Amino acid sequence: MNSVTTAQEAARLRKRREQGNLMFLVSPAAFWLILFFLVPLSIVLVYSFLTRGTYGGVLPIATTQNYAKLLDRDYFIVFRRSFVLALITTLVCLAFSYPVAYFISRQRARWRGLLVMLVIVPFWTNFLVRTYAWAEILRDEGVLNNVLLGLHLIKDHLDLLYTPGAVVVGLIYGYLPFMVLPLYANLEKFDHALMEAAHDSGANNFWAFMRVMLPLTMPGIVAGSILVFIPSIGAFITSDILGGSKAMMIGNLIERQFKSARNWPFASTISITLMVLVSIAVTIYFRITTEADRA
Amino acid sequence: MTTLEQNQELAIPRSAGPKRQREAGGLPFGRWAIHAEVIFTYIFLYAPIIILIVFSFNDARSSATWQGFTLDWYKSLLQGGGVLGLGGVATEGQQFAAQGILFSFRNSVIVASISTMIATTLGTLIAIGMERFKFRLRGILDIVLYLPIIIPDITMGIAMAVFFNLGFKVLSVVFGINAVLGFPTIIISHVAFNISFVAVVVRARLAGMDPALEEAAADSGANEWQTFKRVVLPLIMPGILGGALLAFTLSLDDFVITFFTAGIGTSTLPLFVYGMIKFTVTPAINAISTLMVIASMVLVITSLVLQNKR
Repeated sequence: MNSVTTAQEAARLRKRREQGNLMFLVSPAAFWLILFFLVPLSIVLVYSFLTRGTYGGVLPIATTQNYAKLLDRDYFIVFRRSFVLALITTLVCLAFSYPVAYFISRQRARWRGLLVMLVIVPFWTNFLVRTYAWAEILRDEGVLNNVLLGLHLIKDHLDLLYTPGAVVVGLIYGYLPFMVLPLYANLEKFDHALMEAAHDSGANNFWAFMRVMLPLTMPGIVAGSILVFIPSIGAFITSDILGGSKAMMIGNLIERQFKSARNWPFASTISITLMVLVSIAVTIYFRITTEADRA
Repeated sequence: MTTLEQNQELAIPRSAGPKRQREAGGLPFGRWAIHAEVIFTYIFLYAPIIILIVFSFNDARSSATWQGFTLDWYKSLLQGGGVLGLGGVATEGQQFAAQGILFSFRNSVIVASISTMIATTLGTLIAIGMERFKFRLRGILDIVLYLPIIIPDITMGIAMAVFFNLGFKVLSVVFGINAVLGFPTIIISHVAFNISFVAVVVRARLAGMDPALEEAAADSGANEWQTFKRVVLPLIMPGILGGALLAFTLSLDDFVITFFTAGIGTSTLPLFVYGMIKFTVTPAINAISTLMVIASMVLVITSLVLQNKR
């Protein structure tokens, strides 16, 4: 009897000590994330339903007007443009990355590491700097115009900078490795003997690819696409530097509403909407990647 | 986000896959088409950076044709903002940044160092807690821990700006304290997103650790603290260092969140560079960019060498 209570007492003490440990480990970070992340986000959520004050600021009057305003033509266009540009970026990244990832996966082991590394190295440069490099290339007296003029391919400067095309190029440049890496991870595991089997069964190159390689590398395609799409649709720097006012995206709209127009409730509304869009994409991502892991 | 990918890549084992057979038809394109596309992509990746570096030595104010070699743009950086034509750009955070690149670089290092130390400590602790314990709310905490990684920078930037604005009002009304944006607000925000990145890296390391090692330590009579200090900590140290390095890089690189949380006199290097890009046209930007490219290469290569030594 006595030994039983002692054992129970010991178990109770151990449990208590473990809980103490858990508190020590988890609570500092949890506290920080709640106070300095969840609370700020909640304020944005609340603000998105409030009214704008006359001189900026926020009035505590509830409204859904901000959300209705999203459908205004001017704002809707920005959302549509962001979506389209992010989608084009994703598709072009996919088209360019698949052959690259395939090529790397077919090399000898020691070359593969190096080739993957070479895809990542430009990534180590600050994002602003990488974006600025494209502004230098695309501007009126920039490198590309000079080369084209020098080769007499064009008669006058082309307007390349401050166009949606410039933004897409910047986004592709910014996020290409996000596509190459998951595709490569997938293709590296792919058993290329399967393609031979498909050929032996009479499939030509096209159908062997469509029926065998494409479905089997689909998790990599989805992963890469989401990883490129998410930062692209939330872009701020790229569209700010390469797009200007002619190719404004959601991120720039938020910044303008917040800083120039000082309409904090509406800036909050757009931020929340952007977050919801991204969360949907992430949920799809996790669904598909966990399914792929299970398979 | 970028460096997370780098770290994951480092984790990809270099071991050979199945032996390569003769090249069977893979993609429905010819070999040459694929090779050409691959070469084009690698050129696409490197050309902009190389162009930037080359033109940082170009002896011309705005032309993108080669006019001869000069180091003037590098010299102008050291002489401060006046030479860079930043005089007319006195927006909020940029007045002090005009004092020059060194000042904003110093600010960047202060912010990155302090936020890395805090985030690495908190991120490592929560990583251990999440990996080693099952508890109520663990699922929710898991989601909260991932959120700062996936949330768009601009949303987080706005959230922090709104939070500090409201927080300062509360401080002033309730406690009579007048606070302004500055180093503390930047550091608080950087820690908020860096905790998550550190936690992800350390958790990956913990997940790959054999729990039998801890049990063995306990069986040999080590108490929890000894087990942690002598067994767990050394084993996850590469993860902690990797996480710290990632946090440091992300903090140094961050523009958007800092843009919304920096005050007068606390502009970081990215804010300074942004000011230059937006409001001036001078090849000095190429020079500063080149220096940043070199600095990040040195940082990453050093870390790779350190990690390979382990």
